[in-house]
Amino acid sequence: MRNGRHRSLRLMRNGSAFAGFLILSVVVGGALLAGLIAPRPPSEINLEAALTPPCIEYPFGTDAFGRDVLSRVLYGARISLGVGFMARTISLLLGLMLGTIAGFFGGKLDTLIMRAADITFAFPALLLLIAIMAVVTPGMISLFVALGIVGWAAMARLVRIQVLSVREREYVQAARAAGTGPLGLVFRHILPQCIAPVIVVYTLGLGMTIMAESSLSFLGLGVQPPDPSWGSMISRGIPFMRRAPWLTLFPGLVLTSTVCALNLLGDGLRDSLDPRTRGKEGR
Amino acid sequence: MLRFLFKRLLLLVPILFGVVTVTFLLMYVIPGDPVLTLVGERYDDETLERMRSELGLDKPLPVQYLNYLGRLARFDLGESFVTKRPVSDAITERFPRTLALAFSAMLLALVGGVAIGLLAGWGRFRWLGRATMVFSLIGVSIPVFWLGLLLIYLFAIKLSILPPSGYGGGSIKYLILPAVTLSFASMATVARITRSGVVEAVGEDYVRTARAKGLGEMFVLGKHVLRNALVPVITIVGADFGSYLSGSVLTESIFGWPGLGRFIVQGILKRDFPVIQGSILFMAIVFVLVNLLVDVSYGIIDPRIRVKEKSG
Repeated sequence: MRNGRHRSLRLMRNGSAFAGFLILSVVVGGALLAGLIAPRPPSEINLEAALTPPCIEYPFGTDAFGRDVLSRVLYGARISLGVGFMARTISLLLGLMLGTIAGFFGGKLDTLIMRAADITFAFPALLLLIAIMAVVTPGMISLFVALGIVGWAAMARLVRIQVLSVREREYVQAARAAGTGPLGLVFRHILPQCIAPVIVVYTLGLGMTIMAESSLSFLGLGVQPPDPSWGSMISRGIPFMRRAPWLTLFPGLVLTSTVCALNLLGDGLRDSLDPRTRGKEGR
Repeated sequence: MLRFLFKRLLLLVPILFGVVTVTFLLMYVIPGDPVLTLVGERYDDETLERMRSELGLDKPLPVQYLNYLGRLARFDLGESFVTKRPVSDAITERFPRTLALAFSAMLLALVGGVAIGLLAGWGRFRWLGRATMVFSLIGVSIPVFWLGLLLIYLFAIKLSILPPSGYGGGSIKYLILPAVTLSFASMATVARITRSGVVEAVGEDYVRTARAKGLGEMFVLGKHVLRNALVPVITIVGADFGSYLSGSVLTESIFGWPGLGRFIVQGILKRDFPVIQGSILFMAIVFVLVNLLVDVSYGIIDPRIRVKEKSG
């Protein structure tokens, strides 16, 4: 009985990972095909149609300039996902590089890198992002560089621990004894062992990063107008909450679904790629 | 215990130093020219030079850094570009309100999350277990600013039972919506962790023994199950403190709560760098100290951590 319950729940978890994958596919598809499927250009102003409630012609309604909210949400997906992927990739590369150096070589370099990680962790993440974005020229590039830099520490810690646990394994020792150089050891024997948890953390962090991007854009520190970003669309909708709630509703709904999907997918990946955590929760 | 405490305090020094340095570098190196923001559109070169030397910005970087450290040692965070008031005064005035909001949210998250998790993990209501998993997923996925707006729309605009924003002189009516907003993510996590702790504990032998002894279900849950499920919950609530500080920036700005978070947002809108940097530095230091406190209290609750520290 217990076993059977277990299995069905595992299936449900996989099912929810699949649901996450489906939602994400829709959002990614919408972002990629925005140019084809968006009913209108995202910045097309049509004052006669201003603040039209959702209807067949404008499924998500229009904003105060008569711009089509659906089209803006679709183009906004490009920006949110694009910034998220770029930022996570920067974190990933920085984390892989510094984490490997720290774990593989140890000693002073290790201490230095890990202290830097401690300092990064000493700031609540959003506050550090605000501090950075407040002083640089706002825009998409500064946005994903800032997000990427703030995310490096978690990735580096993870990679370092993985490298440490693999470094002294017998097959690595054997390769070392056979005369493999440090680069060969790292790339051929050590890093491939670290990939699974790195993928999980990348995916789970993607949701957090997209959330952080939208928070910054909400505060006016992220993507700048006229580029549509979910966060800035929501904040621009606030004055119209009473008359046109769809302005804040739809971008937020899509944003929440996207983050949900990434979290589901990340949890599913963790369960299937990292057997150690399997079944620890959700029993 | 004293050694453990001492070691932890020692570790604090390089971290605080690093935090101060990062904030300094952000303030003095990256921005094009804070003086330009200060004097605005109408300026001539002479005013510019005078302002620079007044602010000490014409000195070399190391000198500026030492001056900065010296000012910090006197709790001087500079003056707001806009109001000319010392930033530290504003912090003393506003931080208690942020704390009040954060503690209300924390209490809500703890009480609500444990109650939900306990009921869900108990297993008497099966649907509740699944509902808790969905709740915990939404809780960590919903942006705090959007949740706040949804609550405003529902309770202030549609139902008109709570004020949409404001401080109301500290009246509880004004506290409810921001506190719920700020607590939501943490409550969801607490519910999930409590649930899995309870599920685990309910299957243990000592719970079966307690039930077999004929102890009442309430007593078993309270005394045996909950106690064991609560340890990881305390960890989570402590670790979430940073999210309360980050979240307060968004929550306070939506609800017009006059705390430190809203102060930062106002600083952003007016490009008031001393306000942004001073407040963020202050919050980061609070965050570091709270983390230290949390760490030390684990050491007290769970002696195994202390031992591990010593050997490691």
